[in-house]
Amino acid sequence: MRPIDVIEGGISVLDRADVDTDQIIPKQFLKRLERTGFGEFLFYDWIRSGEIELERNPIFLTGRNFGCGSSREHAVWALQGFGFEAIVAPSFADIFYVNCTKVGLLPVVLDERHCTAIADAGEARIDADDQTVSFSGGVVEFEIDPDVKHRLLHGLDEIGLTLRKEAAIGEFESSGGADRGPVTTAL
Amino acid sequence: MPKTMFDKIWDAHEVADGLIYIDLHLVHEITSAQAFEGLRLEGRQVRRPDKTLATADHNVPTDGTPAAHLIADEMSRKQVEALERNCAQFGVPVYSLGSNRRGIVHVIGPELGLTQPGTTIVCGDSHTSTHGAFGALAFGIGTSEVEHVLATQCLPQRRPKTMRIEYAGERRPGVTPKDLILATIGRLGTHGMIGYAVEYAGEPIQTLSMEGRMTVCNMTIEGGGRAGMVAPDDTTFAYVEGRPGAPEDFDKAVEGWRGLNTDEGAEFHSRVEIDASAISPMVTWGTQPAQVVEVTDRVPDPDAIDASADREAAERALAYMALEPGTPMTEIPLDRVFIGSCVNSRIEDLREAAAAVEGRTVADTVRAMVVPGSEQVRADAEAEGLDEILRSAGFEWRTSGCSMCLGMNPDVLADGERCASTSNRNYEGRQGKGGRTHLVSPLMAAAAAIEGHFVDIREWQ
Repeated sequence: MRPIDVIEGGISVLDRADVDTDQIIPKQFLKRLERTGFGEFLFYDWIRSGEIELERNPIFLTGRNFGCGSSREHAVWALQGFGFEAIVAPSFADIFYVNCTKVGLLPVVLDERHCTAIADAGEARIDADDQTVSFSGGVVEFEIDPDVKHRLLHGLDEIGLTLRKEAAIGEFESSGGADRGPVTTAL
Repeated sequence: MPKTMFDKIWDAHEVADGLIYIDLHLVHEITSAQAFEGLRLEGRQVRRPDKTLATADHNVPTDGTPAAHLIADEMSRKQVEALERNCAQFGVPVYSLGSNRRGIVHVIGPELGLTQPGTTIVCGDSHTSTHGAFGALAFGIGTSEVEHVLATQCLPQRRPKTMRIEYAGERRPGVTPKDLILATIGRLGTHGMIGYAVEYAGEPIQTLSMEGRMTVCNMTIEGGGRAGMVAPDDTTFAYVEGRPGAPEDFDKAVEGWRGLNTDEGAEFHSRVEIDASAISPMVTWGTQPAQVVEVTDRVPDPDAIDASADREAAERALAYMALEPGTPMTEIPLDRVFIGSCVNSRIEDLREAAAAVEGRTVADTVRAMVVPGSEQVRADAEAEGLDEILRSAGFEWRTSGCSMCLGMNPDVLADGERCASTSNRNYEGRQGKGGRTHLVSPLMAAAAAIEGHFVDIREWQ
């Protein structure tokens, strides 16, 4: 994962609420076995039919509950593959938000009023470290989990971080913590 | 301090601050290939293959294709073959095509006794919330997280907030668990449960079968919820007992499970009360599950909706669905009926559908299909003669899989076709590009197949 620092530039706006991941990346593209190459299929049906137009900008801004529905990380890969580095919205679906943080697509939650103002400004500067969005109308702060922020700023491999807690995991397992649930290899 | 069921399970699984241990990781072909590839690139192993199980469900044909290499669609074939290869390389048990234990991942987990109270369960699929019906903490994850769990059996997680949805009153005849949850989402909206682990409670929930509870928990994600849960009780324990994955010392396990219930006086971040006796059979009219009305209602008028985002969404939805405001829901003609998917494809659902259509015939204008949730459900249904009843009525009887819930396999709607579907998502193009989906219960779908349009199941003779 590439480290995130400052993301600056134009904003592409999709003024819709509750956009589901089926629209972001339709099912026919989920059969690929790679993580790359999804950008050209972003919003495939909406863009092909002329229903929406989307410019390639570093920042994407959209409506509440963005990325609802299917857990497909392909949706995040498509947005990132298209060229977006940050997404600004009043709220995100839980799984989608987490998926963004895993691949270094910065999710920024701001209230509706600020989203509208930033969309109108057309350009912005997002500082992941300061947790601020600067635009012609002012500067607003956003929240992000400190651990997630640290990982994004340094582009850290999250699995590697968990593996460093091997002692704790091993201790949890050997002290009975892992005794719950079935043994799938013994059915 | 009194604890919620969610708190008890979370606390028992916290390996370190914000890192929880996963008891069961279910895997399928669509969201795992890149995760296994990630392990290979880093030279990592699957930490606990004995807590991992894979199946092929999303893109498999439902025509009885007996082996992966015989799947006609090249990309689907490669994906299922990749799953089999990955599982073989990493020692993960897999039920693929040809196995009588294969089926939709959220159907086989409970069916094999793998889904157990008090456990943490994840899967690269948003409908993992289904398993919460057993008093488990179960939620969907993305592919990076799939890789994380494969490598470490743990998952870094932000602790969600808790919500309790308490139902009261008696469910009226003809009103199914599907109607309960559709009405709930209709009230709270598709974003109403974002950030929450939801506990469903109250007598109308306690009196549901496990199948019914799974239907309710399954659709938690359609309200934006992270996880849905129901307190385990004797109904739960009776369901798990005797299944292949059930604990060896079952009585001892049950003793532990009895302590999982939310303590008296435990605090939730949010509480919602719903009168189950006021709920009617429901039908969606739009392109998200919260766009739903009672079957006796009419297609709503967007102009009557106050919030601008919702009004615009309604206008777009009606254009896509080719519906006029004011049209009675019962006068919408149907082309297709689909009974299946992880929300409604279990034996109880098929029994209800079969009982409703016995001795009747599917309308000439409708193509109707039934897709059991697993090969075991199919075998059970056939042993009971349900397949014969459904076939005689004019339904297609298929082999198991996700089928037309998401159109990743040959079962799809054609452009413009309108379908009464027992699945959980009515998004644009979900069942096929240009397809129009109305979500309903199995009972409502069965009756709609016979009549060629929706009927109020309470009045239907």
